Amino acid sequence: MSSTKGMRFTKEHEWVKCEEGKVYIGITDYAQKELGDIVFVELPEVGRELESGDMICTVESVKTVSDVYTPLNGQVVEVNSGLMENPGLINKDPYGSFIAVLQTSDPSVLEKLMDEAAYKKFCEEEK
Amino acid sequence: MAGYIPNTIGQQEQMLSEIGMSSFEELFADIPESVRLKRRLNLPSAQSEPEVMARLRKIARKNSDTDTYACFLGAGAYDHYIPAVIRHLVSRQEFATAYTPYQPEISQGTLQAIFEYQTLICELTGMDVANASMYDGATALAEAATMACGVKKRRKILVPETVNPQSREVVSTYARFRGNEVINTGSADGQADLSELEQRVTGETAVILIQSPNFFGCMEDVAAIAELAHQKGALLVVSCDPVSLALLKDPGELGADVAVGEGQSLGNPLEFGGPYLGFFAAKKELMRKMPGRIVGRTVDQNGRTGFVLTLQAREQHIRREKATSNICSNEALNALAATIYLSLLGKQGLREVALQCARKSHYACDRLLQSGAFEPAFRAPYFQEFTVKYRGSVEKLNAALLKEKIIGGFDAAQCYDKLHGHWIVAVTEKRTRQEIDTLVAKAVTCSD
Amino acid sequence: MTDPVKTIFNRSVPGRTGFSLPACDVPELEPNEMIPEQFLRSRAPGLPELSETDVVRHFTGLSRENYGEDSGFYPLGSCTMKYNPKMNEDAAALAGFEKVHPLQPEQTVQGCLQILFELDKMLAEITGVERMTFQPAAGAHGELTGLMMIKAYHESRGDTKRTKILVPDSAHGTNPASSAAAGFDVVEIKSDKRGNVDLEDLKDHIGEDTAGMMLTNPNTLGLFDEHILEISEAIHAAGGLLYYDGANANAIVGVCRPGDIGFDVVHLNLHKTFSTPHGGGGPGSGPVGVTKKLVPFLPGPLVEFENGVYRFDRNRPGSIGRVKTFFGNFGVIVKAYTYLCSIGAEGLVQVSRAAVLNANYLRVKLKDYYGIAYDRACMHEFVLSASSQKASNGVTANDIAKRLIDFSFHPPTVYFPLIVHEALMIEPTETESKETLDEFIDAMIQIAKEARTDPELVKTAPHTTAVSRFDETRAARFPILTWHRDEG
Repeated sequence: MSSTKGMRFTKEHEWVKCEEGKVYIGITDYAQKELGDIVFVELPEVGRELESGDMICTVESVKTVSDVYTPLNGQVVEVNSGLMENPGLINKDPYGSFIAVLQTSDPSVLEKLMDEAAYKKFCEEEK
Repeated sequence: MAGYIPNTIGQQEQMLSEIGMSSFEELFADIPESVRLKRRLNLPSAQSEPEVMARLRKIARKNSDTDTYACFLGAGAYDHYIPAVIRHLVSRQEFATAYTPYQPEISQGTLQAIFEYQTLICELTGMDVANASMYDGATALAEAATMACGVKKRRKILVPETVNPQSREVVSTYARFRGNEVINTGSADGQADLSELEQRVTGETAVILIQSPNFFGCMEDVAAIAELAHQKGALLVVSCDPVSLALLKDPGELGADVAVGEGQSLGNPLEFGGPYLGFFAAKKELMRKMPGRIVGRTVDQNGRTGFVLTLQAREQHIRREKATSNICSNEALNALAATIYLSLLGKQGLREVALQCARKSHYACDRLLQSGAFEPAFRAPYFQEFTVKYRGSVEKLNAALLKEKIIGGFDAAQCYDKLHGHWIVAVTEKRTRQEIDTLVAKAVTCSD
Repeated sequence: MTDPVKTIFNRSVPGRTGFSLPACDVPELEPNEMIPEQFLRSRAPGLPELSETDVVRHFTGLSRENYGEDSGFYPLGSCTMKYNPKMNEDAAALAGFEKVHPLQPEQTVQGCLQILFELDKMLAEITGVERMTFQPAAGAHGELTGLMMIKAYHESRGDTKRTKILVPDSAHGTNPASSAAAGFDVVEIKSDKRGNVDLEDLKDHIGEDTAGMMLTNPNTLGLFDEHILEISEAIHAAGGLLYYDGANANAIVGVCRPGDIGFDVVHLNLHKTFSTPHGGGGPGSGPVGVTKKLVPFLPGPLVEFENGVYRFDRNRPGSIGRVKTFFGNFGVIVKAYTYLCSIGAEGLVQVSRAAVLNANYLRVKLKDYYGIAYDRACMHEFVLSASSQKASNGVTANDIAKRLIDFSFHPPTVYFPLIVHEALMIEPTETESKETLDEFIDAMIQIAKEARTDPELVKTAPHTTAVSRFDETRAARFPILTWHRDEG
């Protein structure tokens, strides 16, 4: 599994990582386990403007469906089209399989999100 | 025994004591006294089977059926011949009394039959994917409109008045509550008015809905309407007649994005309006947005091929308030009847049925026009249903025909104020030359 | 290599047909002599070509891979898989019902109108409401119709701020889906420790924006809400309406009536409570009944009886409009009518009594082997949990369900309601004998034992069927929804 170094986490079980001014968003190992085998990801359109709290896309498994949210404002500049052919990548390597990349004017929002330790604690409390 | 309950009172009392309850009353202890029924319900008393069947037969005898009457009425339900095989296969209890196939290991029969049904519908309509059926043609049309609005993120639905009035009403009801807007457009010479459609379709139109052959029996210029829709980024939904598709170009070839329709004509009886069968098929881009149950092919843990309900994440039991539709069931047994019908008839048989429908309707129309009592209403080509103008009262005409054991065509004035005297006649392969000749003769006599 | 599966397509032999028509007795014009070329297809649709024997063998073979209610026990919770009387089938197949066009003149279908009129009265009497519509073709369709009427009712009174429908967290997915389809927002209300609607949570969420609440009672846990009258009062005091989801009506027919409890709108499932067969997924019928103030909103036409004649009343300006063509699933309606004529008023009471007894019998005998979510007397169904089996040996509700197939039982409902983990929802119905129930109990006890002593046996079940444990992930990731011509 890919590293979680430098990542921040949301209460909705998304991970975010800032790299070269762009923000990568995916879902966590906890989320993919809850969902089970992922069968389809409805990727957002490149160019779409999003506000913090907006739904980026839905992730479907055999028995459930889950919404993925963005914790920050930004414009979608890239999507992981590999997920169209192979949605199971998220199950195999959740931290190595981003869903979308946002260009944001204010990446400092990320500092307010949970770090790995805080997220681990949050997950334990959820159970 | 009453209520089909096998356990005797003695056995039930024994069960009560085994679980530590002292009376039947205890079973309902949670129901507040104030709402407990303290009187006998005002319903008939229980009756034996012979008594009940006698009662039902007596009621049924009050109805005039198509075994005795020659039916020239269509308008959304058609009197086609239903082969004997269908009743026998469809009433096999393993099909009829089974539940929804959520446990695939013990429902491969239902699942494979639906898979075959989906394939047949795609073949007929020229589409890529089909669902396991919806309640009827009208709700399938309404659900297609809802889907289009969701996919396009637009709210306007264009519908010409040539679409079946009852279907249009269902579309309107569904749209109103979803917050979508239905815009009715007019007709010209029995077809959807193309220039009006062209004017009314904009970047806010989600979908154009048309029916071909339409309510008057006329064929529409589907390809032209498809272009009008697509130019503005809207979808085209075509409601079609499944038997006609043995002869006519399919909606897929003509540019439709979704094909729906009433499947009653495929091996299902008239049954006073239901249960019927709405088929729903679409291009593959729309697959994951389609409402309704869908069966897919897969393999089991030992590599054996089989079928399962799939793409369930679209449906209400998973997506709940975010589902495309709230639909839970399908018309499984009716879809099975349609599948058996199409299997029996096959390529040759369906074509033969369609040919006879077309030949007999054209024969009937020609003779009616030749008689002098009728004039053509519209110039568009037709399949099994056509509209003629009558020089007298259609109501009186139908009443007179009824006395001759003929159920006459639909009085268009019931739905269209400007179409007094217009008579919409359906002639299926079941109608004999003699019945048609009698219809013409009696219609002429009545109008004198 | 032999075909993996025999379908009508790979059994097809060019030139075969299983059907005959009389020779055409009118001029045999060619298609292009009747219809312009541009409307005609150039390539025939890919329909199979089979003889009558081929078709009968094929579908008979398919039927043998199925399990119907006639095959055996079908304890699916909230589905009410009771026995489907054969007399109902004969009644619906009478020519006077089957071979009648829905648009025939009223005087030629007086018998059909009589059935609709009388069943309307019967169902209204059973549920304690004023009038019914038979247009909805299924329960979910009925829900949508009922909710549309609630919306129309509030709008007619100028009350446009009522945007929310309250739904318990134990509700079936159709409840929120139907609410959304009717244009409402959905608010989920928690259940309390005894499985009732949590009154505090309810009161927190009731407001001026409450259009109504949807409830099934008993609920999906099989429990009659101990505060139902308070809930009714609270919703009505706030100006909302109460909707009864009739999926579980089998528990209370003849004992109490939703209308008397305070429900304003009810739907019934004829294919559940009223014995019509499920057909492998349909057709069903979901008639909707309303109290007096909502009658104007019913989809029409309705049937009236005056001076010895039945007629359609089409003059209904307040109606929400049609939700289906014609009058509903008439064939299904005839079956329900026949059932009620057969069991009568006396039979109805015995139905609910036996249904509730059978469920409690199973509950008491099984609760020590599986977790019981709410340890109180249930009504016609109850929910077990396989949580402890999962915790000890990883045996899940799904595994237990699959293993039951080896004992010749259809599994109960699993993983619903969502508020119970590893849920097994069991509804025996009144038409099961004590012998069958005892066999089922023995099987469940056996499986509980296997879960401890031989978990692998349970986890790899079923062992007695031709196919086992399908790859549903693959089916959803790479959907194959038709039999392509180049396959097999």
